[in-house]
Amino acid sequence: MIEVEDLRKSFGAVRALDGVSFEAGDGRITGLLGPNGAGKSTCLRILSTVLRPEAGTARIGGIELAAAPLAARRVLGVLPHSSGLYQQLTARENIEYYGRLHGLEESALATRVATLIERLDLKAVADRKAKGFSQGERTKVALARALVHDPQHLLLDEPTNGLDVMATRHLRDWLRELRRQGRCVLLSSHVMQEVEALVDDLVIIAAGRVTLAGTPAELAARFPGSSLEEIFVAAVSGTERSAA
Amino acid sequence: MSVIFTVCRKEIIETLRERRTLMGLLLGPLFGPVIFAMLINVMVSRNLTSIEETLSVPMLGAERAPNLVAFLKARGIEEPEGHGVATVEQATGLVGTGEHDVVLAIDEAFDTDFGTERAARVTLIFDRSKSRAGSRIARVRGAIEAYGAQIGALRLVASGANPNLTRPLIVDELDVSTPASRAALMLGVLTYFMLFATLTGGMHLAIDTTAGERERRSLEPLLALPVTRANLILGKMTATVCYMLASLALTLAAFTVVLRQLPLGAIGMSSNFGIATAALAFLLVCPFAPLGAALMTTVASFTKTYREAQTYLTFVLLVPTLPLAFATFLNVEPELNLMWIPSLSQHLLITTLIKDQPLDAGLTALSVASTLAFGLLLGWLAVRLYRREAILG
Repeated sequence: MIEVEDLRKSFGAVRALDGVSFEAGDGRITGLLGPNGAGKSTCLRILSTVLRPEAGTARIGGIELAAAPLAARRVLGVLPHSSGLYQQLTARENIEYYGRLHGLEESALATRVATLIERLDLKAVADRKAKGFSQGERTKVALARALVHDPQHLLLDEPTNGLDVMATRHLRDWLRELRRQGRCVLLSSHVMQEVEALVDDLVIIAAGRVTLAGTPAELAARFPGSSLEEIFVAAVSGTERSAA
Repeated sequence: MSVIFTVCRKEIIETLRERRTLMGLLLGPLFGPVIFAMLINVMVSRNLTSIEETLSVPMLGAERAPNLVAFLKARGIEEPEGHGVATVEQATGLVGTGEHDVVLAIDEAFDTDFGTERAARVTLIFDRSKSRAGSRIARVRGAIEAYGAQIGALRLVASGANPNLTRPLIVDELDVSTPASRAALMLGVLTYFMLFATLTGGMHLAIDTTAGERERRSLEPLLALPVTRANLILGKMTATVCYMLASLALTLAAFTVVLRQLPLGAIGMSSNFGIATAALAFLLVCPFAPLGAALMTTVASFTKTYREAQTYLTFVLLVPTLPLAFATFLNVEPELNLMWIPSLSQHLLITTLIKDQPLDAGLTALSVASTLAFGLLLGWLAVRLYRREAILG
């Protein structure tokens, strides 16, 4: 369970988050939707504790980030916007490195890495350097890396960016699998079509504020006759501004 | 502790696999010894030629002073055949273009003045701004003056006077420098090459810690792991120090080999630079590595990209030269109020070592302690900077 209350954050004169509140439940996939520069990345960066908010609180699994950032990071996996793999390390070494930094014992780590490689279908590339990986392979390895410590919560920043059709489908399948396991998945996107088939809850933000939230069914009922795409466009129009 | 070890190990492995970086790390430490060998070889060859080689000096009006010409020839100074220099103007031109280093012009009245009470004149035409010519000019001038002194003494004897009448004072020189201490002047440059190799060895990783990770977009997920930033950066700085020490060891090994091959004896130098000296020098420079690592990491953390960091760190490489330049100009000796300055203290200790003089335990301890203290201070600063949000770029 991820709870966000009235988060505020500015970079110089730009107000990136202007009082954002929402919840992402366990066993659900929550989509954080908004145009470029709406504040999605800032929000995820605050949740992954690399940025500190100026005001507001955020809790992950009941742990208050400001009070115990290290404890919060233990129950959190992060798939960043770009995979951020180490090019000179193999897929396996990349995953193992994060496992060690999470403090996993070597024997437990070996089992866990083997499981992830099997499940994410990474066997063919497991012992190749990340240098030559395709976008899809990079995303898979980064996902395995984010899951190495078996986190209850997963943050994904624009995970389908740059993926081809098949890779996108696979990713969706894994995310559904994670939901089935009862995990809390929060992902950001700026394209409604990419997430409408996947998410249980939608949080639409624009210009640093939540403009609309609910399940796809609820939103469809509130705006009869409109597609989710049209609802999204209506929710963000007039608030769009250049990316900060 | 295990976090520091994990990070350090990963950084070492990753750098080992980057072929181009590794090549740089291997070649960097060899740069100093190679330059040094070339320098010494040039010096040696120049010194040797000035003593043994026959020097060809065009002479104007040689027929007017056959005895002088014969005297010069006995000292290896000869007129080249058919040099075609006929006038002083011509000679000036040829010396100016560097065709000849020295031209000797014998005065038109030389043969008539010689043997009378008037002094006979000769003119040396040279260009002092050509450093190569320096030793040759001195050689020709010395030979001519020796001829003059010899003739003068003979004339005094002929007139029944003691030639020592005109030599009321004799200067004897007693040079107490040992071959090792003469070498020290030259080998002092060694310290800079050692510090240079130490710094360049860690440059890649120091940049990678912040600017590099940021540019490869691996910094953010790394900072979202349940480890403190202090531990992350300490792990990276430990790896940086490992590479710096490897680079230092490599350059010292190369120097040990190179200095043995060089004909240092030919220029009145000797080198005690054996394995024991190299090992001791390694230990003396060791404390400089953490300081350098912290300094480079701190500077790199302000930059946005790898390239930008490289530019700034090139200036950092010059920082340890400042105290060294100061030391060379003022020719300072190890003393209490200088030994707290990093890089200068290492220079002074290594110079002492090369001069074959005993190291003062107190001054050595001060050098080690103050260098480590500066390292700690900068390390603390680097950790502080790593905690800023601006580190994300």
